[in-house]
This record gives sequence, C-alpha cells and structure tokens, in this order.
Amino acid sequence: MDGISAVQLAQATAAAAAVPEGAHATPFLALFTIFVLAVFLGYYVIWSVTPALHSPLMSVTNAISSVIIVGALLAVGPLGFTFAKAMGFLAVILASINIVGGFIVTQRMLGMFKRRT
Amino acid sequence: MNETLSALAYLAASVCFIQALRGLSSPTSAVRGNRLGIAGMTIAVMTTLLQPGVFDYGSIFVAVLIGGSIGAVVAYKIEMTALPQLVAAFHSLVGLAAVFVAAAAFYAPEAFGIGARGAIHASSLVEMAIGVAVGAITFTGSIIAFGKLQGLISGAPVMLPNRHAINLGLGGALILAVLWLALGQSAIAFWLIVILALALGVLIIVPIGGADMPVVISMLNSYSGWAAAGIGFTLSNPLLIITGALVGSSGAILSYIMCKGMNRSFASVILGGFGGETTAAAAGAGDRTVKQAAADDAAFVMGQAASVVIVPGYGMAVAQAQHALREMADLLKKRGVKVRYAIHPVAGRMPGHMNVLLAEANVPYEEVLELDEINRDFPSTDVSFVIGANDITNPAAKEDPKSPIYGMPILDVARSGTVLFVKRSLASGYAGIDNSLFYKDNTMMLFGDAKKMCEQIVKALEHAG
Repeated sequence: MDGISAVQLAQATAAAAAVPEGAHATPFLALFTIFVLAVFLGYYVIWSVTPALHSPLMSVTNAISSVIIVGALLAVGPLGFTFAKAMGFLAVILASINIVGGFIVTQRMLGMFKRRT
Repeated sequence: MNETLSALAYLAASVCFIQALRGLSSPTSAVRGNRLGIAGMTIAVMTTLLQPGVFDYGSIFVAVLIGGSIGAVVAYKIEMTALPQLVAAFHSLVGLAAVFVAAAAFYAPEAFGIGARGAIHASSLVEMAIGVAVGAITFTGSIIAFGKLQGLISGAPVMLPNRHAINLGLGGALILAVLWLALGQSAIAFWLIVILALALGVLIIVPIGGADMPVVISMLNSYSGWAAAGIGFTLSNPLLIITGALVGSSGAILSYIMCKGMNRSFASVILGGFGGETTAAAAGAGDRTVKQAAADDAAFVMGQAASVVIVPGYGMAVAQAQHALREMADLLKKRGVKVRYAIHPVAGRMPGHMNVLLAEANVPYEEVLELDEINRDFPSTDVSFVIGANDITNPAAKEDPKSPIYGMPILDVARSGTVLFVKRSLASGYAGIDNSLFYKDNTMMLFGDAKKMCEQIVKALEHAG
C-alpha cells in the first residue's frame, strides 16, 4: 500500500461508485438497478418452488449460473495465443461441464417424478 | 450481430432462465422449464459466438467438446445417492470458472471492452475483484464440502485456534488487496486476492460439521450465483447479472429454509462446530432397555395396520434402500394399508434429497408429504417406519431445553401407535445426540442394514400371503 494517499483512495472509491467513464459500458447504476430487481424477482420465484423439487432447483441453478461461459467465450474469441486466452479456454471447459452436466442431471431427476398410476 | 440485437437476445435468455425456475413449482411444469433453461443457455452461447471479436471457433469447439463430454458422462453415470457430492463439485467448477474469466478480463480487458491492459476502469477492477474473490471462496469451499460429503475428509468440524481472528484478518487483507488492485492495476494484487480468497474458502467451510451440510451446500449454491453476478458487473452484461442474482437468492432462500428446519441461526452455522461432538451420546443409555424386533415382527405389525407413515433419512440413501422400501410399501398397499412418506426439510445431505431418491424408486409424489402436511396425522397413524433417520424424530427437540437440537421442528413419530426404527446400531445420529425414542414402550428397534431389513420384511409379507 506504499505511496497511496488519502486523496487517491477517495478518488478510487468515488470512481467505483459512480458511472464508469467512457461510453463503452451501461452505466453502473442501471446495472445495479437490474441486479436489485432480479434479486427480488428471484426471491418471489424461488418461494414458489415446491420443496419436493429443491434438489433439481440446486442442479438447474448450478447449470444456469455457468452462463459465465459468455465471458469465457469472449476471452477465447480473439485469434493468436495469450495468457488471457488460455484462462478463457479453461473457463469454457469448466463452464461446459457444468452446463451440460447440470441440465442432464436435472432432466434425469425430473424424469423420475411420476404421478400415481 | 449488432449491439441492440445482442441485448435483446440476452434478454430473451434471461426470461428463459426465469421460466426454468418458475417451472419448478410443480413436477409437471418442471420438465418444460428445464427445456426452456437449455434454450436460454443456447441463445446466450450463440449470441456470444456472433459477437465482433470472436473468431477462434476452433478453440471454442474443442473446449466445449471436452467440457460437454465430461459433463454428460458424469451426469448420466452418477448415482442419485451421490447427488450432494455432485452438486458440491459442480459449484466448485462455477467458482473456478469465475476466477479464470476474471483473470482473462484482467489480462485482456480490450476483449471485454473495459479498457486496456494496465488502464482498466477502477469501477471494473472493483467489480472484477469482488467476482474473483467470491469465485475463489466458492471454489475451495465447495472442494472441502465435496470432500466431507464424499467421505474423503472427516465430517467432523475442524476447529483451528483463533479461527475467527484468522478469518477476520484474511477478510481485512482481502479488502486492502482489492483497494490495491483498484488503485494500482497490479497483477500481484490480483493474484493476492485469489490466494487470500482461496484460503478463506477453506477456513469458512472446514469448521462446519456434517449435520450442517444441507446449509453449506445451499450457501455455496448462493455464492456461485453472486460470483456470476460479480463477473456480470465486470463485463457490464445484464444476462450474467440477472442470472447471478436469481441463483444467489435461490441459494440464500434454501439456506434459510434449511436453517429453519434445524432451528439454527445462519450465523451459528457459519461459526461452525456443530455436528461432531459425541459428548451427549450414550450418556445414561446403559440403564435403559430397548425392545428389539425382527423383520417378521415388523411385517406382522405393519400388515395389521390401517395406516403406515415411512420416515426416510440419510441412512436410507447410504444403504440404497429406496427400491426395497418401495417394494415393501407396494405389498402393504396391496393389503389395503394406507402408506405415506414424511419428509423433513433437512433429511439427507441436501435440500430435497429424499424426494429425488423416492422418485427414483417410482414412489408417486402424491404419497410424499412435507413436515407440516403430515405432522398432525401422526396421532391417527398406526405405525411409523423410521428408516435411516434419527435426529429429525428426536423428542428431545421438544422436551429437553438443554438438548443441542432443542427447538428444532421434528416429525412427531412418537405419537403414532407403534414406532419401527430401522438402525444399524444404537449409535447417536449425526448431531451426536442420544434419542429417547429408542427406549419408549411403543418403539421397536430393527437392527440391521436398511436395505436388507426392507428385503426381509418384503419376504415375510410375501410368506404371510
């Protein structure tokens, strides 16, 4: 932490909280709004899940949280070899295991739940 | 693919994911929900592949092929009894993938449109740091949980001296490292965050005992969601943020339900130490006697009953007794006995574990009831058949204020006419507490392996005709 003044610290904190500079990104506040609304949406949707299906709920949330494959694909995308690309490549493998494995195991579980015949 | 079109496609994927979760409100709509989830993921991946800057389809194909094959083989081969371990392992992969994606974003920010190497926007760095830290904690935490569930490491809590001080120190160091990264763009700071968070993940889970695994596994489920959301903020991608938030709140709600099922506060679970001490076990058990019975007796008692409630627990999963159990239930039903199943929220090692095992054995889900649906029926039940469960039936939770499980909601089997208790021995349950139910007059102990016992009862029922 050498050579970091209180002013710099305050600047970094302010920058972190405020809208990112440059037109590249959706403003932080808009993303944060989406995030908070999605948490509430999740709250109401998850309470409606029947307790009998809590195991499939865990495996399907596991599969869909691997949507971070989106970030991994962007890292593998460029041609040529870099460290970042190697990281992305590994992330694509891991996320694919989860996506394919998660959806299949969920499907297997759901296929077992049958009505009285 | 232009930006507007991509944004709409990602939105469509988000809606698919929401529908996938909503579908789980009933077994009939759940299958369609899962297909929508798959559709959403396909849309998300396709949209990303069509982004400008994505050229190397060869490498992507290879990576997806490797990962997809591993995932498919594992998912098709896994035994349903090993689900908790599988889910823990999957969580660890999400965590590690989040770390790798964050590293990729740190070393090649231009690919993600968040600045250039060494000049990444401070806000993106903070978001990245949060994503990578939560990801790393999820990774090692899940590895430890996997080890405990798989039996690779002891389920007993490991209590380091001064562990709270160590954790606080690590947490403080983590915050300083995040500031250092945001201010200095330093690669050392980035990897320091990774290392600190990896250590923290181990230390958070190690002191938590085996009995609390349903909470731990739900909590890690939640973390994996927050990690995805953190990466979503870094990449300014609403799809990742929405999905992460959904998964994060899902895991949090499951943790809450599990804690309530054990009457424990979330804080006391996290602080750990429960579920390993055997101090209360066998204390004063010497002078009390239990009534032991054989399979024939059990067959007779249940065959004469009008209604039987089966209470399964983790022991049923370990013995793989669910199929033999269903056979037994079928024979009883043929004789006109009303058979139902009672599921405690924390039966098994993960939320809903028992329901899946019974479904695997073709038990119709209408016969499977939750705690608050069945509890008032116990006084009018002739026989309760407890198989591989213990703590969730322990009357001490209601009667003994000194008991560690006092206040925990239990299945009131003691109120039924007769209790048949299938158990390998008189040993205490996972929480390490003696069960006074064993010594009650209306309890009959059936000592032996859960599966063999069910098979013997089936034989006895067939003989009796």
